[in-house]
Amino acid sequence: MRCAVLALVLIGAAALGACSQGVLDPQGPIASAERLLLINSTAIMLVVVVPVIIATLVFAWWYRSSNTRASRSMDESYEGRLEFVVWSIPALTVILLGGVIWIGSHQLDPRAPIPGESHPLRVDVVALDWKWLFIYPDQGVAAVNQLVIPAGTPVEFRLTSATVMNSFFVPQLGSQIYTMGGMTTHLRLLADKPGEYPGFSANFSGDGFSEMRFVVKSVPAADFNAWLEQVRGTGSALDEAGYAELAKPSKAVPPITYRSVEPKLFERIIDQTVAGPRKAGIGGTWSPPLRQAGG
Amino acid sequence: MLGRLSWAAIPLNEPLPLLSGAVVGIVILAVLVVVTIKGWWPYLWREWLTSVDHKRIGVMYVVLGLVMLLRGFSDAIMMRTQQAIAIGSAQGYLPPEHYNQVFSAHGTIMIFFVAMPLVIGLMNFAVPLQLGVRDVAFPVLNSVSFWLTATGALLINLSLVIGNFARTGWMGYPPLSELAFSPDVGVDYYLWSLQISGIGTLLTGINFVTTILKLRAPGMIYFRMPVFCWTALAANLLIVAAFPILTATFVMLLLDRHLGMHFFTNDAGGNQMMYVNLFWAWGHPEVYILILPAFGVFSEVVATFSGKGLFSYRSMVWATLGICILSFMVWLHHFFTMGAGADVNAFFGIMSSIIAVPTGVKVFNWLFTMFRGRIVFRTPMLFAVGFIITFVIGGLTGVLLAVPPVDFVLHNSAFLVAHFHNVIIGGVVFGALAGINYWFPKAFGFTLDERLGHASFWCWLIGFYLAFMPLYALGLMGMTRRLQHIPDPSWQPLLLVAEAGAIVILCGILCQIAQLYVSIRTRERRLDLTGDPWNGRTLEWSTSSPPPAYNFAVLPRVETIDAFWHMKRTARAPVKPVYEAIEMPRNSPAGFITAFFATVMGFSLIWHIWWLAILNFLAAVIVVLIAGWSIEREEEISAAEVAQMEAGPVR
Repeated sequence: MRCAVLALVLIGAAALGACSQGVLDPQGPIASAERLLLINSTAIMLVVVVPVIIATLVFAWWYRSSNTRASRSMDESYEGRLEFVVWSIPALTVILLGGVIWIGSHQLDPRAPIPGESHPLRVDVVALDWKWLFIYPDQGVAAVNQLVIPAGTPVEFRLTSATVMNSFFVPQLGSQIYTMGGMTTHLRLLADKPGEYPGFSANFSGDGFSEMRFVVKSVPAADFNAWLEQVRGTGSALDEAGYAELAKPSKAVPPITYRSVEPKLFERIIDQTVAGPRKAGIGGTWSPPLRQAGG
Repeated sequence: MLGRLSWAAIPLNEPLPLLSGAVVGIVILAVLVVVTIKGWWPYLWREWLTSVDHKRIGVMYVVLGLVMLLRGFSDAIMMRTQQAIAIGSAQGYLPPEHYNQVFSAHGTIMIFFVAMPLVIGLMNFAVPLQLGVRDVAFPVLNSVSFWLTATGALLINLSLVIGNFARTGWMGYPPLSELAFSPDVGVDYYLWSLQISGIGTLLTGINFVTTILKLRAPGMIYFRMPVFCWTALAANLLIVAAFPILTATFVMLLLDRHLGMHFFTNDAGGNQMMYVNLFWAWGHPEVYILILPAFGVFSEVVATFSGKGLFSYRSMVWATLGICILSFMVWLHHFFTMGAGADVNAFFGIMSSIIAVPTGVKVFNWLFTMFRGRIVFRTPMLFAVGFIITFVIGGLTGVLLAVPPVDFVLHNSAFLVAHFHNVIIGGVVFGALAGINYWFPKAFGFTLDERLGHASFWCWLIGFYLAFMPLYALGLMGMTRRLQHIPDPSWQPLLLVAEAGAIVILCGILCQIAQLYVSIRTRERRLDLTGDPWNGRTLEWSTSSPPPAYNFAVLPRVETIDAFWHMKRTARAPVKPVYEAIEMPRNSPAGFITAFFATVMGFSLIWHIWWLAILNFLAAVIVVLIAGWSIEREEEISAAEVAQMEAGPVR
């Protein structure tokens, strides 16, 4: 059995080593820091867990009833020094880990600015049934299921949902965050290099959930401007009617771009003053105050 | 007249659920026919259906849990198969609207109707025996609890053939579970079956807290209680504190769905974050409601089969109580990704990792119990060793997920799925299986077959590693949970390994069925005449196997922890006991009848048949009131009868 476990661990390690496009293949500072934290925390705990597993196997083997060489002490059920060790080992580990958690949580707060030279790019993200709408408020364009960003530039996301809860996640760039109707969440990410990174919803949202995927295209800054020009010259405008059409449930939607966007569309989606997909029967004239998720 | 119910409710266009429903229906019909032909109804009615004996109720809970395990497990095989083949251009055999029901039902059934009945069943069977008493505090209520749980299980399975089940995941997060996005009966099946069984669970909690606090054998002060009783106390305190939260949360969602209110809707001021918080304010304690009794089983098993007292009993107790309290202070770690600030996330991350301290203490205590002991590897002990190794891995990945920035990249991933199966299978299920193998001879008077027991253990252990280690890797590779279709073909090899693991676990389940069958066929050769087949330490082993209805002819006097061990050690010359008349609670059909009305009520509420719901609600209340006010609830077993039974062939 131990061989089987060992073999499995090795298979797992081999599979991980070969993996790409995942959490262990980061392409930006946030994802890199999170991978480092993952590895460090695992290492800290392995210091305790590996000896425990070995001790369990050794004790179980050596003190089996048929072993005539084992020295036994059948009455012993308390030993003060052992007791001290028993409480202090996990306590010390957790104190160490607690420090890691406190510092890590603050450094990698999803809304904390990413240090750097360049001015951040703002992108507003809307989860729809079942696709992602990306609005570039400063550039006045929008795209569906395709997020083009300049490499090396921090991206400042505001996120909401025009439907049920989803989670915006690009594993190779780092942190995911929920998108929720009537609320805004905030996230900042950065891609180091040009490349294509898969993104998707990481919170189950209904029948089209599996295909609710998008691609992040990280491109050199010059190419980004060229892309903007190209988008502005083609496609339709995302006005109220266009949005109402887009918001209807649809699955596996190929990428679309919009040359212009209705002003304040993102804010109106949050306020729910634009034709949404499936609203509960009675909404009436009462409009909810704008809320920030998590205060 | 019949609300939303019409012939269209039978999913004729979905052959799979209909087929499985038909198979289950035929099996049930066959059982009913056999029972009728053999004339077993009076026996079943008298000895089981109306029984208020905690041992019988415990056995029925475990049987319910095992039967529902088959249902939940067939869901698991269906999911694994879908994920193993629906890759790239292939869409697999389950369309999303069906696949989504399967994983929702799998989670709901495994938590509420497998894990819960198994641990509650073991507590029902063992706690009064370990405390050295004759029954729980409220025996009739206990029967009501069981039958309400069975009602919930029945309603969930009805959704196979009439209507459909929820497609929202087992957490039922709004707004997806709101009327606007889930207008059909699925979510109502989910809500009402859990509401009804939840009342049963709450009553169990009240019953066991009262039993443990108020009914103990003479001399059994708190610090002489077996650790399993401590963990049962902690788990039931958690039930009493946590289940009302779930009930209230579901009431709000039901008000949204039935009366158009806006607790959790997107619009009109509803707030979905409230549901998520409330759900996990119940949900995290629920994890410990399941795992603490399993820890208790392992404490008994490790001590018994190492032939040693449990190392550091007191720190085991304090660790249990510590976990009990801490479990209410960590719920936010289920949604670090909701956008709370760094301070909040860090606080809940640290609180979550602090739970690893008492848990780690428990692991070390089991280790030091084995240290310098004389370990006999019967099936329960194999599960215990398998548990320790598997659980520390699950604990490691759990603490990893408690680091908020790590959770930001692993939340909702296959890694998370692997983690909680690691602790639920490696902890709760192994604990329940160890407990079943451990207490079976006490319940039925003969031991279970060891060879098949060992075989089932190895299948479960190897199957678990094969099924879930690949999911850890897939989570790190960026696979999220609940995918009906797999986007990345390079994941297929690992998904096939996972499928193979599920099949190995299936072999484990088949071994257990074979183990039961073989053991029953050869029971004459494996009778336990001593009442103490494992050289046990606690009071349940001091009475005969199976115990008489009154458990102990003379209530034991407890002077130390491990009371029975102490009695065997001191081995005083047997004094001829003086028997006295024993008052035992009478059988009561109240539970069964209440549950019948509750079932019809739940079904009517799901289908909006309001008049039938009201009628059945009133009927259920009237049955409870009649049972509550009946005066002749006890019957006396005379001293002569007790003496005769004690001298009988069983001893």
